[in-house]
Amino acid sequence: MAENKIEIRNLYKAFGKKKVLNGVDLDVKKGESLVVIGGSGTGKSVLIKCIQGLLIPDSGSIKIDGVETVETSENIHEKMGMLFQGAALFDSLSVWENVAFVPLGKGKMSKKDAKTEAIRVLRQVGLAPDVADLSPAELSGGMQKRVGLARAIITKPEIIFFDEPTTGLDPIMADVINDLIIESARGLGATTLTITHDMASARKIADRIAMLYHGKIIWIGTVKEMENSDNPYLQQFITGNAQGPIQVEV
Amino acid sequence: MLKKTLGTFLQTLGKAPLAFIINLGYFTQFVAKSVYNCFMPPFYFRLFGMQFLNIGFYSLPVVGLTTLFAGMVIAIQTYSGISEYGAESVVASVVLISVTRELAPVLSALMVAGRIGAAMAAEIGTMRVTEQIDALITLSANPFRYLIAPRIWAAIIVMPLLVLFGDIIGIFGGYLVGVYKLDFNPANYITNTMDFMKSTDIIMGMVKAGVFGFIISVMGCYHGYRSKGGAQGVGEATTNAVVTASILILIANYLITELFFAR
Ligand SMILES: Nc1ncnc2c1ncn2[C@@H]1O[C@H](COP(=O)(O)OP(=O)(O)OP(=O)(O)O)[C@@H](O)[C@H]1O
Ligand SMILES: [Mg+2]
Repeated sequence: MAENKIEIRNLYKAFGKKKVLNGVDLDVKKGESLVVIGGSGTGKSVLIKCIQGLLIPDSGSIKIDGVETVETSENIHEKMGMLFQGAALFDSLSVWENVAFVPLGKGKMSKKDAKTEAIRVLRQVGLAPDVADLSPAELSGGMQKRVGLARAIITKPEIIFFDEPTTGLDPIMADVINDLIIESARGLGATTLTITHDMASARKIADRIAMLYHGKIIWIGTVKEMENSDNPYLQQFITGNAQGPIQVEV
Repeated sequence: MLKKTLGTFLQTLGKAPLAFIINLGYFTQFVAKSVYNCFMPPFYFRLFGMQFLNIGFYSLPVVGLTTLFAGMVIAIQTYSGISEYGAESVVASVVLISVTRELAPVLSALMVAGRIGAAMAAEIGTMRVTEQIDALITLSANPFRYLIAPRIWAAIIVMPLLVLFGDIIGIFGGYLVGVYKLDFNPANYITNTMDFMKSTDIIMGMVKAGVFGFIISVMGCYHGYRSKGGAQGVGEATTNAVVTASILILIANYLITELFFAR
């Protein structure tokens, strides 16, 4: 358990003059569920995009399984799955083609087998087989997230990223997604990194919680430690108070 | 020190040219990357086929209509501009040469730029702003091979075929006007057309078309790929794709023409 799956040191990323990540240090242990919380626009999405190589950091080190991601010649994406903030389903493909994108693309699986596999995973995330032939545009937001989840876990990744998996969903659907995240991560034994500002979700799925503020991780600990922490920034965030050290820029 | 001096120097120069130079850098890089990935496996034949059908088959009506009227108008203009004597052979040859060398390639390309360049920018732009391009990468698919290469190949291959079709329709437009409006002898018109027909003209037109196909697809993909900021950004990308492609088509047309015909 002590082994680090992801190791981030001194990560910097700016867009023009806007400094978004300002020296982030973060370790994600193998098999744990780490949740990163933080206000809107603090760079949470930027952080996971850097880890996945979707954005190139200005400086700093990101290691996965002890290997620097920018230097490795292996395809780091094969180890990782990602559920995007807006699901990011391909709207030119049907639901099952979305879910089976990787197996289909590799050509190792026949179309028929790929579809069977896609339907099996869709069932795992609680979707009926008749959804398979619909187009993503015909689905509700919650269903799209489930399809996105199915697409992320079909490859059995070692690391799964969830970018605000519950935003925009009603509380019950949000909880269903929470359960799915816990189940699918446990089922695969995967390491997960979740971004959220939904505290109920964070409490439910996190082994540890980290708070991102002004481009740095200012606090990290278990859920229990969080409740008892006297860090004023953290307290303000989890109680959702407009008064406190965190100034909202309007 | 040097950086600072350079910074102030560039600042005094003004931001617009600087932005242009930066964009030129991005653009060159984008084109190089696109071309490189056009030759790297995996090749997505199904996506290529879809683009081929979309660019080629569905552009037939628009290309047919434009070249038909272009051929017709050239026939009338030529006739009204010359003396009666020998009009029959002059009209046929002018229609033939102007359609195959210039009108069919350029007009078809401009029409396709409006239709396809815009669609490519909108489609890829939407995929960009809804993170579908990021999703492709996380699913180990290279967007340059999955999205851009099939579009470039399809455009380069289908444009010459469209122009060949435009040639035929344009010449036919001239024939219609010649025979039904100017009372030329149909058999003579056809013989005259055949006499002046040169395979180099037709092939040059098709080579131009291939270049225009490259321009249209690259501009569509580039503006789509770099769009940001939601629906408005995609709208801007669409407009920019069409405008830049059209301008580049006209410039490239001049350069190619000068290279091959100005002797
Ligand atoms: N590609 C980009 N180009 C320029 N600026 C960007 C880009 N991506 C993100 N930013 C900026 O970086 C900052 C952080 O963005 P990010 O998307 O990471 O926020 P977030 O913490 O995920 O917020 P939210 O909770 O609202 O999703 C924002 O101010 C945003 O404007
Ligand atoms: Mg975000």
